[in-house]
Amino acid sequence: MTVMSDTALQAAPATKARGYWATVGRRISRDKVSMVCAFVLVLIFLSALCAPWLGLADPYQGSMIRRLRHIGTPNYPLGTDELGRDMLARLIYGGRLSLIIGILPVILAFMIGTSLGLVAGYVGGRLNTAIMRTIDVFYAFPSVLLAIAISGALGAGIVNSIVSLTIVFVPQITRVAESVTTGVRNMDFVEAARASGAGPFTIMRVHMLGNVLGPIFVYATGLISVSMILAAGLSFLGLGTKPPEPEWGLMLNTLRTAIYVNPWVAALPGVMIFAVSICFNLLSDGMRSAMDIRN
Amino acid sequence: MLVYIARRIVYVIPIVISVALVCFLLVHITPGDPLVAVLPADASQELAAQLRTAYGFDRPLPVQFGLWMWRALHGDLGSSIATGRPVLSEVLRAVGNTVTLAIAAALIGFTLGLLFGLIAGYFRDTWVDKVATSIAIAGVSVPHYWLGMVLVIIFSVQLNWLPAVGAGPGGSGSWGWDWEHMKYLILPAITTSVIPMGIVTRTVRALTGDILSQDFVEALRAKGLRELDVFKHVIKNAAPTALAVMGLQLGYMLGGSILIETVFSWPGSGLLLNSAIFQRDLPLLQGTILVLALFFVALNLLVDIAQAAIDPRIKRG
Repeated sequence: MTVMSDTALQAAPATKARGYWATVGRRISRDKVSMVCAFVLVLIFLSALCAPWLGLADPYQGSMIRRLRHIGTPNYPLGTDELGRDMLARLIYGGRLSLIIGILPVILAFMIGTSLGLVAGYVGGRLNTAIMRTIDVFYAFPSVLLAIAISGALGAGIVNSIVSLTIVFVPQITRVAESVTTGVRNMDFVEAARASGAGPFTIMRVHMLGNVLGPIFVYATGLISVSMILAAGLSFLGLGTKPPEPEWGLMLNTLRTAIYVNPWVAALPGVMIFAVSICFNLLSDGMRSAMDIRN
Repeated sequence: MLVYIARRIVYVIPIVISVALVCFLLVHITPGDPLVAVLPADASQELAAQLRTAYGFDRPLPVQFGLWMWRALHGDLGSSIATGRPVLSEVLRAVGNTVTLAIAAALIGFTLGLLFGLIAGYFRDTWVDKVATSIAIAGVSVPHYWLGMVLVIIFSVQLNWLPAVGAGPGGSGSWGWDWEHMKYLILPAITTSVIPMGIVTRTVRALTGDILSQDFVEALRAKGLRELDVFKHVIKNAAPTALAVMGLQLGYMLGGSILIETVFSWPGSGLLLNSAIFQRDLPLLQGTILVLALFFVALNLLVDIAQAAIDPRIKRG
């Protein structure tokens, strides 16, 4: 007997399990696709952030004699736009506004939606019905229509487009948060916390938040892809950013007239939107399989 | 079944009322006076007051909502401030063109999506699967209005094969199912189809994979069923969910067509919405959104009923 328990004791440290998040991190760092996407995103973020120090041309300075130069023109590696402004500079500077209006709505909706869903799922009963039935109303509108209806009614502008997209995403995140919370609510550790005298606020904050945040976070990461497309789409329609601000959706709109003169320069801003959107989508997929969450 | 349908319809009534309320309130979150678009800049106070009374904007909000709902129930959504024509007839004419576009796009997107999804799910983790999932993820990530521009660049500007904008040689009024008109439909339909194609592929792939890993498939194979017959069972089991996803996507195509219709100047409800927004034609804006949202609600109802019809388990749930 003593011999056996000795070996058991010695074996124990070797099989010490890694923490959940460490495992997830290790799995995702081994996923090539996710790592490439993360790298591309970091590159776009950093270049947008450090744009003034990259030695680029002035993104607002046009030149009537240098309009719509082709890709590869000396001094204008990506050509010039319809007002003769350097495309490379505008694409990199454009990342600043485009990323803010694309990502901020999801962050805001993540905070509001998680809180609403957590409360609805944990408290349950009438409060749940009230919150979830209100959410249902927003599901009666296709999301593009809702975003355009709200920002069309509010009028053009960056703040209005962020507000309208936030309103579009809150219901979606709330639904996910509510369903995850409902799944966790009746588990033993929550019961144990309640039995040991923890109040509802403490239980939600300390015991449940950490357990529901993962799936909601993965869902929200996937939403950024949709949000980037919609935010740029609002600007494309003329409902978001105003000229002469460099922003990918707006650039696509103003360059539309140039497709007969210099088509490929006109298509460049869309490549940026596409790149950011697909990277967030693939990253979300990578996290989902690393965390082993089912769709 | 009838009980189920009745229950679903009763459940939809509060949704419809709330949708109407949201559409109604949209106009009232607008900064400034809703009359701004019709009033000349130098209009007198009296004229403004007269018009306000004429449009009923001087009454309390709940009364306005009640009156608006009452008229809407009788098919009167007011008249467009810009053109003076009844909103309902304007919207319905435009919706017809959007339906044409959505159906064409659905034919392309759903066929490819089902095909790719089934193949990818069946040959999971092979190169076929990788190709299909890559196409699908590109489909859901592409800014479709940009894709529309790229297609125009390739097929209209460079190759000169297909027209870039519009809905036919005779303008927006006359649609026909001949080649002269179809030419105009091809690019917008392909552009519209990429998102549903991607989503259907991803859904069906996941479904097929799940079903194939279930025990009953093992049992079917064990009793000696041919692979083709096993496949039939897979399709049967995937159908209800796939149908629900496709219904939802059709709704998104009908309601979310504004970006693509703007790129191609396709004379549908999206283009109408666009002009309503920029001309600040609030009755038209309100009416278009209401009609599109009601379409979406009705479509969801139909999908629910169809789903229950092919899968009796749903009725009990």
